[in-house]
Amino acid sequence: MNRLILVILFLLLAACSKQSNILIIQNKGSDTLVNLAQAWAEEYKNINPNVALAVSGGGSGTGIAALINGTVDIANSSRAIKAEEREQAKKNTGKDVNEFIVGMDALAVFIHPSNPLSGLTLEETACIYGEGGHCTHWNQVRNTIVPGCKDNRIIRVSRQSNSGTYQYFREAILGKKRDLKLGSMDLSGSRESIDLVEKTPCAIGYSGMGYLNPRVKALCIQKSGDAPCIAPTVETAIDKSYPISRELYMYTSGDPSNEVKAYLDWTQSDRAHEITIKAGYVPAKKR
Amino acid sequence: MFNPSLQLIKKEIRQKNFENILSTVTFFLFLPALVIIFMLFLKGYPALSWNFLTQDPIHGMTAGGIFPTIVGTFWLVIISVLVSCPLGVTAAIYLSEYATDNKMNRLIRLAILNLAGVPSIVHALFGLGAFVLFLKMGTSILAASFTLAVMNLPVIITSTLESLQAVPMSYREASWNVGASKLQTIRHIVLPNSIPGILTGVVFAVGRSAGETAAILFTGVAFYLPFLPQTVFDQCMSLSMHLFTISTQVVGVPDSYPFATALVLIMLILSVNSIAVGLRYYFRTRRKW
Amino acid sequence: MEMKVTQAPSVPMEWRRRKAKKHLSEKVIESMIKIGGFSSIIFIIAILFFILKEAFPFLIGAFDFKEFFSSTEWNPASVVKIKYGTLAILVGTIMVTALSMLIAVPLGIACAFFISEFCSPKLRETYKILIEFLAAIPSVVWGFIAIMMINPMIIELFNVPIGLNILNASLILALMSLPLIVSVGEDALRAVPESYREAAEAMGATKWEVATRVLLPAAKNGLMAAALLGVGRALGETMAVLMATGHAIQIPESVFEPGRTLTATIAAELGESPKGGEHYQALFAIGLMLFIISFIVNFSADYLIRGRRK
Repeated sequence: MNRLILVILFLLLAACSKQSNILIIQNKGSDTLVNLAQAWAEEYKNINPNVALAVSGGGSGTGIAALINGTVDIANSSRAIKAEEREQAKKNTGKDVNEFIVGMDALAVFIHPSNPLSGLTLEETACIYGEGGHCTHWNQVRNTIVPGCKDNRIIRVSRQSNSGTYQYFREAILGKKRDLKLGSMDLSGSRESIDLVEKTPCAIGYSGMGYLNPRVKALCIQKSGDAPCIAPTVETAIDKSYPISRELYMYTSGDPSNEVKAYLDWTQSDRAHEITIKAGYVPAKKR
Repeated sequence: MFNPSLQLIKKEIRQKNFENILSTVTFFLFLPALVIIFMLFLKGYPALSWNFLTQDPIHGMTAGGIFPTIVGTFWLVIISVLVSCPLGVTAAIYLSEYATDNKMNRLIRLAILNLAGVPSIVHALFGLGAFVLFLKMGTSILAASFTLAVMNLPVIITSTLESLQAVPMSYREASWNVGASKLQTIRHIVLPNSIPGILTGVVFAVGRSAGETAAILFTGVAFYLPFLPQTVFDQCMSLSMHLFTISTQVVGVPDSYPFATALVLIMLILSVNSIAVGLRYYFRTRRKW
Repeated sequence: MEMKVTQAPSVPMEWRRRKAKKHLSEKVIESMIKIGGFSSIIFIIAILFFILKEAFPFLIGAFDFKEFFSSTEWNPASVVKIKYGTLAILVGTIMVTALSMLIAVPLGIACAFFISEFCSPKLRETYKILIEFLAAIPSVVWGFIAIMMINPMIIELFNVPIGLNILNASLILALMSLPLIVSVGEDALRAVPESYREAAEAMGATKWEVATRVLLPAAKNGLMAAALLGVGRALGETMAVLMATGHAIQIPESVFEPGRTLTATIAAELGESPKGGEHYQALFAIGLMLFIISFIVNFSADYLIRGRRK
């Protein structure tokens, strides 16, 4: 019994003291970017086996907060860092924040395939999602009748309110001075949103373009009533004609170390761009 | 001969009906669990293979296996038990063999009951505030395991306490009479005789920690790690968290993957629990009193 | 999980009569045991302390008592006016808990009656093992089941637009808290002395009459404690309700509407709120509220069980 405890303690100590010679880059933040960052991390393991990237999600806010606290090497964010956050980081760590645009993402608004609607204007989207918007039933949006949707009510699928996706969506359709209506289903991830809309004729949801699948119908978006209706694709996201598209950022505190710099440079290589497209995002334009 | 009156017959019938209703209700309560396990098996089986268990997740977790999550779960479970087991056993020894002050005793029991009733997410908040931030462990296996250990303490205390109290008083008296001290008696007589109960409690705690998600959400698990944890100060992946992420966040995972992951998790826990049930049965049949 | 609160044993009293000398090393070890004995009290206080510590700046700062308890708007990320109203979430929590208990308590107690009074010993053992297995299914698996299986079932059966709603979460919670209710309830029934049953049967009472007129009143407190512990379990459940309720901030008008619970709010939002921020602290304030509620529930259950033993 005693010997057993000793052995276990010894093993534990051995486990604690074992030194790894792999350099670990902490990479944290945006849930939008996490899948891409993870796909990159996977590939980068083959390119430089001495460097490992620990990728975790949690949202843009978490990533930037960690950057401010100095606990990550790279913070992922699907929104630009705010001026006050920059200042805070400078105050805490004594270093300036460096910004890298690593890709682009477009938010697709999607509905159940049985819904006859094919496009929305930004204003109609705001009427459905925005605070004070009166569109609660599908017939209030271009007189749509949705087969299979009892009482024609709109079920809004959204994301938890501090996710970068939520905040960007709010800004894109409502500007900076209006909130999204409460009472939407605030799901924890893109997969859940898409799965739900796929099974629910009444529902409408949004997520990164890369996550779309053929079982939901993506809507084309008009900037205003007479503008052309633009579908979310790689091309329309790159030329920014699709109204709900945004940059994806990685931030470092101060100038990145050699290993981090090498990784960030690699993310803009052709191989990395291939992965970006495969993961459903849009590569950043060559700077 | 005694002929039952009409009233008695009615009574008999009512009695039978009552019994039948109760037995059907009870049976149907357990039906869902069986149906669920069956469905998980049915839908998860196609994805289940040796490779699924031994490979890393690849292609943004949409393919490959779940190996690192199993490793992570083992780390969490083992370290949490290493922490909670000694603590729980000493607490039970104190309660059973030492505590004389009835008020204090009652307070401790109340604390145990409450510790068992605190919502797991509150344990997570505690773990975040105390281990991750205050003790500066960071989000790590250590912090997550400590959180799990606090959560499982009541399980281990209650089962140990029960088996300590089941050791007959005459055993202790015999030991005292040959001149053994109280501590010697505990070490050589009471503890060896209550090992089965302690083990059962520990194994149940293992099962519980393996499935827990909320408590480790903010204290030590990562969404994805390209390497296995090297030390207890690393983060890890876990089976339960992996099930949550691939069923809510990762798009493009084949439908059978989350089912297979859930199946692996359930099978792991059920087999651990079977060990506990088996242990209990084995020791009960061999009990000397 | 089953919590037995038994009477203090007589070991210490027995020992006291044999005044023995202690070695120093024994004293050291025994004081360590004593510290271990107090560990659960230490942890309960530590939990309260650390949650209070993190929630404190919010409680003395942005916290507005009236808004916190009477506003239905929980909008920590608002660009117009940040609001921390928990009313809708509180109502969601209460609805889910109440409905699940409405399902689980009668069924669980019926089940406890059957297992304790009508079963053959062999069947009882089988059921007890099944109960343990049911209790062992982890919360996240239940949540997964809620999304994948119960969700389409509810849409199909009730012809409603959405299957992730109060009803779904209640069904899951009922299944999750049943093992606890059954095992504590069964303990309560077994604690009724055999002589009560014998006396009633000798008077010609059928088993049904024994159950309803003798056992039910005699085990009343224990059964109520079982129900209360079930309530505690349902209130505190996190991952399963996060996945099953639909997570919408609104006061649900029916059980087919999505809602949100306190626990799920913390689980969904804490990860993304920067440490030390107001939102982060507000979530700890919700944690504090949950701690207090669960303390009251568990305290009452303990009181009821002890009342029975007196």
